[in-house]
Amino acid sequence: MIFPAALSQLTRAVAIVLCCALLPSTLHAEEEVVVYSARNEQLIKPLFDAYETASGVRVRFLTDKEGPLLARLKAEGVNTPADLLLTVDAGNLWQAARSGLLQPVDSTLLQERIPDHLRDPDNLWVGLSVRARTVVYNPDRVDPAELSTYAALADPQWRGRLCLRTSNKVYNQSLVAMLIAEQGEQEAERIVRGWVENLATPPFADDTAALKAVAAGQCDLTLVNTYYLGRLLKEDPALPLKIFWPNQGMEDSGVHVNISGGGITRHAKHPEAARRLLEWLASDEAQAAFAGENLEYPANPGVAVAPLVASWGEFRQSPLNVAFAGAHQAAAVKLMDRAGYR
Amino acid sequence: MTQAETLPIAAPREARPLWPRLAIGALAALVLLPLGVIFASFTDPQGAVWAHFGEFVLPRLLLNTLWLLLGVGLGTALLGVSLAWLTAACEFPGRRWLTWGLLLPLAVPGYVLGFVMIGLLDFTGPLQTTLRDLFGTAPEIPIRSRGGVIAVMALTLYPYVYLVARNAFQTQGRRALEAAQTLGFSRARGFFRVALPMARPWIAGGLALVLMETLADFGTVAVFNYDTFTTAIYRAWFGMFNLSAASQLASLLVVLVFSALALEQRSRRGQRFTPGGRADQGERIALGPVARWLATLWCGLVFAVAVAVPLAQLLAWAWQSRGDLDIRYLGFLHHSLILAGSGAVGVVMLGLLLAYSLRARPGRLASIAGRFSTLGYALPGTVLAVGFYLPMSAIDNGWIALGSRLGQTWEPLLGGTLVAMLLAYGVRFLAVGFHPIEAALHRVTTSMDEAARNLGSSGRDLLTRVHLPLLRGGIATAAVLVFVDIMKEMPITLMTRPFGWDTLAVRIFEMTSEGEWQRAALPAITLVVAGLIPVLLFMRGGEMERRDAA
Amino acid sequence: MQLELSNIAVGFGQSLVIDDLTLALEPGEIGCLLGASGCGKTTALRAIAGFEPLARGQIVVGDRQLSRRGWTLPPQERRVGMVFQDYALFPHLSAAENIAFGLRGLGAARRRHRVAEMLDLVGLDTLAHHYPHQLSGGQQQRVAVARALAPDPALLLMDEPFSNLDVELRERLSLEVRDILKAAGTTALIVTHDQHEAFALADRVGLMHSGRIEQWDSPYNLYHRPVSRRVARFIGQGVLLPGVVQDNHHIRITLGCLPPVSPLPVGTRVDVLLRPDDIVHDDGSPLKAAVRAKTFRGASILYTLELPCGARLLALVPSHHNHAIGEAIGIHLEAKHVIAFPSDS
Repeated sequence: MIFPAALSQLTRAVAIVLCCALLPSTLHAEEEVVVYSARNEQLIKPLFDAYETASGVRVRFLTDKEGPLLARLKAEGVNTPADLLLTVDAGNLWQAARSGLLQPVDSTLLQERIPDHLRDPDNLWVGLSVRARTVVYNPDRVDPAELSTYAALADPQWRGRLCLRTSNKVYNQSLVAMLIAEQGEQEAERIVRGWVENLATPPFADDTAALKAVAAGQCDLTLVNTYYLGRLLKEDPALPLKIFWPNQGMEDSGVHVNISGGGITRHAKHPEAARRLLEWLASDEAQAAFAGENLEYPANPGVAVAPLVASWGEFRQSPLNVAFAGAHQAAAVKLMDRAGYR
Repeated sequence: MTQAETLPIAAPREARPLWPRLAIGALAALVLLPLGVIFASFTDPQGAVWAHFGEFVLPRLLLNTLWLLLGVGLGTALLGVSLAWLTAACEFPGRRWLTWGLLLPLAVPGYVLGFVMIGLLDFTGPLQTTLRDLFGTAPEIPIRSRGGVIAVMALTLYPYVYLVARNAFQTQGRRALEAAQTLGFSRARGFFRVALPMARPWIAGGLALVLMETLADFGTVAVFNYDTFTTAIYRAWFGMFNLSAASQLASLLVVLVFSALALEQRSRRGQRFTPGGRADQGERIALGPVARWLATLWCGLVFAVAVAVPLAQLLAWAWQSRGDLDIRYLGFLHHSLILAGSGAVGVVMLGLLLAYSLRARPGRLASIAGRFSTLGYALPGTVLAVGFYLPMSAIDNGWIALGSRLGQTWEPLLGGTLVAMLLAYGVRFLAVGFHPIEAALHRVTTSMDEAARNLGSSGRDLLTRVHLPLLRGGIATAAVLVFVDIMKEMPITLMTRPFGWDTLAVRIFEMTSEGEWQRAALPAITLVVAGLIPVLLFMRGGEMERRDAA
Repeated sequence: MQLELSNIAVGFGQSLVIDDLTLALEPGEIGCLLGASGCGKTTALRAIAGFEPLARGQIVVGDRQLSRRGWTLPPQERRVGMVFQDYALFPHLSAAENIAFGLRGLGAARRRHRVAEMLDLVGLDTLAHHYPHQLSGGQQQRVAVARALAPDPALLLMDEPFSNLDVELRERLSLEVRDILKAAGTTALIVTHDQHEAFALADRVGLMHSGRIEQWDSPYNLYHRPVSRRVARFIGQGVLLPGVVQDNHHIRITLGCLPPVSPLPVGTRVDVLLRPDDIVHDDGSPLKAAVRAKTFRGASILYTLELPCGARLLALVPSHHNHAIGEAIGIHLEAKHVIAFPSDS
């Protein structure tokens, strides 16, 4: 018949392409560590390059979203090539730990360098940078004296003045999860409902858009991760945007923080190499770059922040272990659905 | 046309070969594997999640999805058909370059156009800001709305309809319209009563692709924060860490799409429209002095909004982040081109295989299996990627276990290879590769086959002398669509690529996932330009083909 | 014999499309299979071309066996040309390229020569470089014939070759095609449902019915000496009138006594075939019949007449004998050869 003839012709063409493409994956001689990273290539590659130069260990890595990375680890099982998993939020690390995808890392260095509340209680993962989710306001329209807590943003005085990012984003899910952990589900739902009522415009797809809306006067204040503000201010320092650190009162819990962090995979082929990489990432020299690359806060409290970040002042973090963000995340999503937070 | 064409060949029973059944079965299995993984999620019941979704989420999202389908369907039909008719059957200033210019939105990813449009038109954008600066106030443009997302998706997806409708109008539209005019129809009524209904099967095929892509889309709706059924799937998975519930939701989507496809096919049963001959050059409708400029304006407007504006914005942004441009971009481009190229070849092969199998073995079961094999296009990419990765890893793990039992260390068979990527692209894009080829294959009548064999031509000779020349247009269309789709594709590329195989789409993902849209412009514009290459080649090939014939 | 079908059957199990068909053509002869749609005539053609395998019998062309039960020489190796009902011209090839399609073995020069020869034969030299969609129906048809003839096939098959053309063109082309075939000395088998076409083209015609040939004969015999009432009804016009065989082997019918035919037992009830030309208009005849319908045919008029006893007849009368409907006219019988079928047959 007709088809087999076509098949043989086309197969030859494809076979040639495939052969060329398959070659590189079969070369590995020196010591190496393999990373699955949800942290972007442009943020993580400079550090891996530095580590390769410093240690002589080769770092191979793949980026993807957390969900697919976890599914991938699970599917690959004992044969996974990955030694280390990096994420940009605590919830997914918690989920990876709960699914048995990580193994404990026994490292006094890490325990010394990273505070307790940024580490898994069972040492399955560790935070490497801190991402603070805080209030940013337009100083032309808001008197900072009016501001106090996340909960207060639900007050009627902010009706039509608040901008928020979508509740599909994990940062907001973590924030609400922490609210649940601190104040209970009922109170958290009351707060979120208040936020929704106060919205000036439907939620934005990203933090930057929300910040721009505040700067342009579409609304007066928003909740964002600080590094988004940093990026905007780097481009245009004159933007009318100021940071306020909420929940700083004696009774209050402190600023909600999330982490970007990592853990060693259950079936790592090079667990020792992975541990050394983690320890290096938590070290003073790496921490400044790891956090500084993206204007985040170092997880290692001994390391100085970038100058722009320092200009925003000091703040007290919520001492609650970030693992709670994962534990309550599903409840938080449901809560936001109930409250009509899109 | 004649009766001989409409009758499927009833090959004598003893001569019926086995390969078509095997091929259809293999293709269906390739798609059924990931689908099976998705449906298997029902073994892990998620009653509480469903109750929650049913009460708070699904009613709104289903309505949203329905509106989106309706709007994008109507929008792409309107844009695609009107532009196709104007460029195929009429003469107006600028027609020549608009004809191919209007294909270019194919290369512009929907999320890029969405982001650009929001950036330009929203409250904080230059338009409203300028107006506010000048007049103190500006009218609110509700771009982040249902209307906005529909407009943007229609503007990026209409080429699917445009391409096929143009083809149909070119081969038969003008003649049919003349026939209608002799029967007393005005030109306008003739268009709606004759030309349009005759082109319906093609338009329906294009619309099917558009609607499937709309259902599966996450990137564009996410830019608008417009929640659809896909959003629910990802909310269950990423937000609630519940892959089972997400898969169950996805399986609902599969059932929906399959029923819709079956219905569509049922409504077309018994009808077959075969275009006779090909375009005759130089007998276009000469529009009136006003109408011709209106035609230019309409086509030019669509081109400006869907292509020129986003390109200009991307260029401006790319210039700002030109510091990112380094030698590695050659690698990204190289990887993108290799993947899209070999993917296009592979998917076209699968499309040919499916089309020929269905032709050699027509029947109810075969056609259902054929439909099934094209379902991958309607699934959210990430869900499909996981559905594909699971069985693939199972095979690899079995392979490695077998090796270790034999005392060997065997590398994974599939994981981290291009074979796996190409298979996954096949599952995803078979619909795109199959439809144009199937349509073209209808032009090769069974009596042409028989005539050729009668003249001593068979096998490869028949293929190269009769089939390939006649299928060239269909194969080219399929290849271009698949090529461009793979260039833009993210989830499967991210999940199945070998270490170090970053592509332009992966770069865009890296930048956009942390909101760095301006920096994403550089890979985005490289991707658009690279995607233009096959589109332009395709148009040139098309022109040449017509010149040959004239 | 150039073509010989011996007891062939096509189909499978109980549903044989063709059952026990036998026919033969001498070299250079043009044969024609005639029949209503669904009688199996196209299937017979496709079996000869090699598109359908045989369940029984064998097909021989020249001295080569092409098909037998369980074995079919592939179409491309048969040297049997075929013209399809829809012509099946290749739309991406010009007229000349279509004709050259089957001339693969020849050198370029000889191929060009042969194509020119064929174009000349079908009178399309000026349209060599036109594409099928630029040709009229008749021109397409001639390209199809030329394409099939170009490789000099041992046998040419044509499937309803004129059905896509209008009546006038059909008549002209069928004569043209006959001339072309005769000029090329080609043996051909043509399938049609149109008896005029069959009579115009063929040396031998076979009337087919449900997979069998009822009669394989010259056009003259088919018309004037039908072997069955089915053939009699299908070919030409006429009526069957009841009669009885007399002791002198004459047959008595209402119109009178007919000359003897085949020896049938005395007293057998028969139906006698009367063609319109067997009835002659004769104003002096005592036998009168009323005009019930008339069809003007230019040179003649076809009258439907009713006898006093109620039986109806057809009569072909020169057209200057113009009678109104209802009028009674005189007729007499002028049957030279009488065809009679026993009533129970």
